[in-house]
Amino acid sequence: MTDPVLHLDDIVKTFPGVRALDGVSFSVMPGEVHALMGENGAGKSTLMKVLGGIYQPDGGSIHVGKEQVTMSGPLEAKAKGIVFIHQELSLAEELSVAENIYLGELPRKSFGRVDWRKLSDQTNTILQKLNVGFDATTRVGDLSIANQQMVEIARALTVDAKAVIFDEPTASLTDAEKVVLFDVISDLQKEGVGIIYISHRMEEIFKITDRISILRDGQYQGTVNTAETNEEAVTQMMIGRKLDLSRNETHHELGDVALEVRGLSCGKLYQDISFEVRRGEVVGFYGLVGAGRTEIAETLFGLRDPSAGQILLDGEEVRITSPNDAIARGISLVPEDRKGQGLVLGMNCRDNMTLPQVQDLTSGPFVAEGAEVAIFDQYRDRLDIRTPGWKQLVGNLSGGNQQKIVIGKWLSMHPNVLIVDEPTRGIDVGSKSEIHKLLRELAAQGYAVMVISSEMPEVLHVADRIVAMYSGRIMRTFTSDEVTEDSLIQAISGLGGHEAA
Amino acid sequence: MATLTKQQIGTVLAKQGILIAFAVFMVAFTLANSKFISVDNLFSVVRSSAILGVMALGVTFVVISGNLDLSVGSMMSFSTIVVLDLHDQIGPALAIPAMFAMTLSLGAFIGFLVGYLRLNSLIVTLGMLSAIHGLTLTYSGGQNMDIADKEGTWFSVFGQGSALGIPVPILIFVALAALLGVVLAKTPFGRKVYAVGGNGTAATFSGIRRARTVFACYIISAFCVATAGLIQASRSLGSQNTVGQGLELEVLAAVILGGASLLGGSGTIFKTVIGVLILGFIQNGLLLIGLQFYVQFVVTWVIIILAVWLDIAAKRGKLLSSIA
Ligand SMILES: Nc1ncnc2c1ncn2[C@@H]1O[C@H](COP(=O)(O)OP(=O)(O)OP(=O)(O)O)[C@@H](O)[C@H]1O
Ligand SMILES: [Mg+2]
Repeated sequence: MTDPVLHLDDIVKTFPGVRALDGVSFSVMPGEVHALMGENGAGKSTLMKVLGGIYQPDGGSIHVGKEQVTMSGPLEAKAKGIVFIHQELSLAEELSVAENIYLGELPRKSFGRVDWRKLSDQTNTILQKLNVGFDATTRVGDLSIANQQMVEIARALTVDAKAVIFDEPTASLTDAEKVVLFDVISDLQKEGVGIIYISHRMEEIFKITDRISILRDGQYQGTVNTAETNEEAVTQMMIGRKLDLSRNETHHELGDVALEVRGLSCGKLYQDISFEVRRGEVVGFYGLVGAGRTEIAETLFGLRDPSAGQILLDGEEVRITSPNDAIARGISLVPEDRKGQGLVLGMNCRDNMTLPQVQDLTSGPFVAEGAEVAIFDQYRDRLDIRTPGWKQLVGNLSGGNQQKIVIGKWLSMHPNVLIVDEPTRGIDVGSKSEIHKLLRELAAQGYAVMVISSEMPEVLHVADRIVAMYSGRIMRTFTSDEVTEDSLIQAISGLGGHEAA
Repeated sequence: MATLTKQQIGTVLAKQGILIAFAVFMVAFTLANSKFISVDNLFSVVRSSAILGVMALGVTFVVISGNLDLSVGSMMSFSTIVVLDLHDQIGPALAIPAMFAMTLSLGAFIGFLVGYLRLNSLIVTLGMLSAIHGLTLTYSGGQNMDIADKEGTWFSVFGQGSALGIPVPILIFVALAALLGVVLAKTPFGRKVYAVGGNGTAATFSGIRRARTVFACYIISAFCVATAGLIQASRSLGSQNTVGQGLELEVLAAVILGGASLLGGSGTIFKTVIGVLILGFIQNGLLLIGLQFYVQFVVTWVIIILAVWLDIAAKRGKLLSSIA
């Protein structure tokens, strides 16, 4: 039997009030794809940060090959052949793709001048492998989040890696980009690189991994061979119960039309969009990244001016001029990018959650902190948010728990129209089905709900009707009874979709 | 564990660095000159810090909202000159509100440029530093400004009076600190200031009017500057055009010493008050041990740089680090 490329032994890491890792052991073989799974806040990212020297462990040891090491930081980890692709992007927006990929180790000519030609040649070779639509000189800030993710991945390919760690790499990738990523992974695998793969998406895990290790509340639950297990068993190990993963078959009593959009256009972003959402209804918006769905949501939330068309709320035409205006009219938007748009990371959990209503939550001239805590407690319980308390800074929560704070923030506004954009990005399977259930419940209570999602199971699971979009236009609207996966895929690829309302 | 490891000492030093450095200064000054720790001297530190302190209160709002205000020094000169001039022309009762109105309009102008037009606050306030200085000189014709009848005016009460044995400038500073401290910590407006400075985009997505919030911060800052100008004018009853020169940096130093981040989103009024006192004690201590007044300029900057370093060190828990 070969030796592991990487071995972690009995790692302990505590933060004030949280035992994030409690004696976790874990090893990766050469040429293996090893999945690391667990609920939001289980400690996956923390374990990887310990491995990368970003956090120092309070106990335990790390071995690379046969040698025991102390990691002082990412550069040392990289020098030892351990490469990270982190959950949170860490790119310099102002620099070019090539500069980002080779940051700190740009190829040099005489007198320390950067060898730009060599730099861009090297970069383009790697980019070709990744099959992306941009080149070495593109400014990173101009790329979509998905493409920025690809740059991050390209970084990993520049060194002679022994082990590569992917922390939720697909959270913002499209299906096509995922295929490319999986090819890259299998190439690395053939070269004998050990791979740690963190994801909440079961289909991926079962497609590409060899073994699965599971964490729960910072404790190691065990390792299983992927071929010998199934989704249900893994979920059971992760969260200790089973899940309902069926399609949506229930329908609620539909009320009046809460939101209607007629012929809405916004320059090149989207054209001639018409749809309606009734109270009690969940309408899914499915399409590829860039299909214009987020832009429609932003228009409805007063962040963009439409160039033509009408928006009607409860049958009355309105002009929504600002988010403040939208909120006053009972519209809530859970935005796509939780770090950039959803949260103030340096603020505590409670203050983040009540931010949109802080003006109204007052007693006399002061913020009613008791009422705020009550709201926080209510949604913490409802969404199962894992945090030592409301005083914790949101930036210290795990990715999935941050997302739940954003959702709680907008649910607590009790909107008439709730728009959620990629609501379960980075959320574990258990909470995901909780959130889906919640969206259905909200509809049942008379909310009109719009769900924008790039995950087909998600729209199939929650929506009463599905609007399929392609390149800024509505291709077709399906009811949940008539929709099939094939027809949906066709519609969003711009193939054979019939204009039907 | 009985013995501290090197790393742990580093962490403690990094986390509590400013307070430790302060304690070391205090002990050193006391050893050098026993007068340093006397009640009289402590009182005099607070009194001489009052003007700087009042200005720092307003700048705290601006810094937390993610912006800078480098115009407060020359704006303070402006207020002082204007109120002294108007004192003899229309009498103190009208001069004071007139001066406040003029200073607030300057604040509104800056707030408009930075808040609504979204111009970079460093550039705008640096420009205003010099523009307002020019304005002051134009107003005064380059002359020093003096009140004619220095004995017979009640105007001197703000700078020279005292109530219950406490000098009025200190009372004003304490009252304003208490008021603004409550506004920042307890009201919806205060919360919005933190949100806008912490993440302006997320604040906008939460329905907060970012421009209006930033605008309000500059108004508050201008109000504090006007108050400081009032104290200054009333204390000396005459003034040069340049009284406030250089104060903008000292004010900023106090705010940063208190631990507000220049990136916005953090800081409190209480911490700023601590920062003001630390700065005051250090400057006073330097004088007491017989150093030239001018040495302060150097020392102030060394302190700021130290403070910024320790602030970053506290965030990453290490004094030196290759990663942020
Ligand atoms: N810097 C920190 N300070 C305090 N607590 C922290 C810090 N970083 C992580 N934690 C806590 O440690 C726990 C584990 O977090 P971690 O990010 O490892 O979770 P995760 O398994 O990656 O979850 P997700 O699937 O949501 O990304 C969480 O409870 C989190 O709140
Ligand atoms: Mg994580």
